[in-house]
Amino acid sequence: MKQLLILSGKGGTGKTTAAGVFAALAPNKILVDCDVDAADFHLLLAPEILETHDFDALPGAKIDPGLCNGCGICASVCRFEAALKQADGKYYVDPYLCEGCRVCVTACPAGAISLVDRLAGQWFVSSTRFGPLIHARLIPGEENSGLLVAKIRQVATQKANEKGYDLIIIDGPPGIGCPVISSLTGIDLALIITEPTVAGKHDLERVIQLARHFNIPVQVAINKWDLAPEKTDDIEAYCAAENIPVAGRIPFDAELVKSIAGGKTAVEAHSGPGTEALVALWENMSRILQNKSAQNQ
Amino acid sequence: MKVVVTAQTNSLDSEIDPRFGRCQYLIFVDTETDSWVAVPNPALAEPGGAGIAVSQFVADEKADALITGNIGPNAARGLAAQGIKVYVGSHGTVKEALAALKAGQLTPASGPTVKRRSGM
Amino acid sequence: MKLAVASGKGGTGKTTIAVNLARVLAEEGPVQFIDCDVEEPNAHFFLKPSLDTEREVSILVPVIDRVLCNGCGECVKACAFNAIAVLGHKALVFAEICHGCGGCARVCPTKAITEQPNRLGVVSTGPAGNIFFVEGRIDVGTPLSVPVTKGARREIKEQDGIVILDAPPGTTCPVVAAVAGCDYVLLVTEPTPFGLNDLKLAVELVRELDIPHGVVINRADIGDQGVEEFCRREGISIHLRIPFERQFAETIAHGGLLVDAFPAWRPKFQALWHKIQEEVTV
Repeated sequence: MKQLLILSGKGGTGKTTAAGVFAALAPNKILVDCDVDAADFHLLLAPEILETHDFDALPGAKIDPGLCNGCGICASVCRFEAALKQADGKYYVDPYLCEGCRVCVTACPAGAISLVDRLAGQWFVSSTRFGPLIHARLIPGEENSGLLVAKIRQVATQKANEKGYDLIIIDGPPGIGCPVISSLTGIDLALIITEPTVAGKHDLERVIQLARHFNIPVQVAINKWDLAPEKTDDIEAYCAAENIPVAGRIPFDAELVKSIAGGKTAVEAHSGPGTEALVALWENMSRILQNKSAQNQ
Repeated sequence: MKVVVTAQTNSLDSEIDPRFGRCQYLIFVDTETDSWVAVPNPALAEPGGAGIAVSQFVADEKADALITGNIGPNAARGLAAQGIKVYVGSHGTVKEALAALKAGQLTPASGPTVKRRSGM
Repeated sequence: MKLAVASGKGGTGKTTIAVNLARVLAEEGPVQFIDCDVEEPNAHFFLKPSLDTEREVSILVPVIDRVLCNGCGECVKACAFNAIAVLGHKALVFAEICHGCGGCARVCPTKAITEQPNRLGVVSTGPAGNIFFVEGRIDVGTPLSVPVTKGARREIKEQDGIVILDAPPGTTCPVVAAVAGCDYVLLVTEPTPFGLNDLKLAVELVRELDIPHGVVINRADIGDQGVEEFCRREGISIHLRIPFERQFAETIAHGGLLVDAFPAWRPKFQALWHKIQEEVTV
């Protein structure tokens, strides 16, 4: 079983659009949306949710106003500036800032602080017209998206092993932070979709560094390449110098945007130059993954 | 010698759980008497640092050796500090792995075999 | 006045809006620009600051004195993150998991724990014309971004006019760290189901944080009516609509500013600012 992760560094480069095409074309696979922070993959896949599970964050501190004597020790020991003074002189814990370290709980001389469970989100097992989808929704403002990513990947791997799926296609999160690190571990191939802009190239470089840190093989595709052909050349020259294969160029195609509006993957909606390039990109990915499987046997 | 094996269920016929920090069960075996006890992984639901927490647990239980599938860098470092011998790459059942250990067919690992958080 | 520019979805043009607004406003008074997208800071490409000061951001992680440590395990019990264990009769620290709360050092009965900084990233500052520019940037491989965002925000000079904060995409804790305490959040979106879905999440967040907010629609002419309908229904003002133009895309691709390349857009960004101000004073 192989795991293909689609990343971008910079957001909005067309990651999910590509993932949608791969979902439509790949046989015998499980789909995962690891962009738990702003999950969009389901909009193309119209999932029917079969299972819903709660996802808890680390318990957070809560101050009982009846017991708080306003001494402020909690605020002085909290390194996250989460214990704040109210107008009445008593303290409260800002749940967005609290990291659940429990230091204030032990420090409070009045015994006014306890830990309370926090729901951080939910994750789902769904069925779609292209196969199973494992996805999640983090409550806005919550933390620990890396852990939720790890959780849904674990569920996907288990399912793939149990049911004999050959491939897991993962729509990854943007950036290079915690959830991206969680997405990268144990991946067989990471496809990074970038765009020909100064920002796109910069973010591409950072996500490549990260993938290398974890020893993950990388391929690059340049979306909307014709909007700035010199920048595309620039990125391809960078990739060549870094010995990173460029697996495809996708032209700007307004029709791709329209296909999303219809809740369809590009291959289902129309056949323009953008779609053709994405299909070719999938064929490329498919060949690379098959070679990897062959090497393992 | 006290050996701990990561297992998917709570018996000697269980398949080895390839994960360390996120294994389902830990089976402690006394190789002199062949007595054993299966304990659910106390760190299974930990939000982070599960490999470290399980290392602490097997150290507190005074295990001398560990048999598992893979081990990450944090757990490898911790177990090495404790002087616990680590045998990785094991598969099959717990029983088979113990037999292989007794027959001298397992070689101890010298470092991590997977990256951090791989067992998640 | 602190204005955060945010977006649920990445790549909607958040930084484009933030930098162009900063450039136009800087002609009238002092502007501070804080790039809080610390995973992928990009605003410097457009405002081209000369970053002359660098400050490392770190958290304090425990260091064990192996002579004083008696392996009692109190630190292990105190740590909520499993970042410390007693192995080989001494406490062992796993710094990359540590959140730097200091709990272990507080409980150690033999005073065997001291704390030393562990670097997470860097905050750079410097002038970009008459804009005071601040950028937070996490080191590649660092999972903790919030302390770097907070570090960038600490550079804000409170008395000095307008502060524009470029927030990271998404809706989780790094976004909260960027937008909390701001007077207004400008949400940049695109008129697609992706843009709408992520806008809804972002609106949920800013409502929860109780911060006034409005919307800019980028590439407003390619897509559907979903975002417009949502904003109308929810009573959220749409302050600006920017159409898709190949020339705009090219300008942005090369790190150019719309207000410089297309002066006709200058009054539109000025008008955007006036609309925001009106909503804040109301």
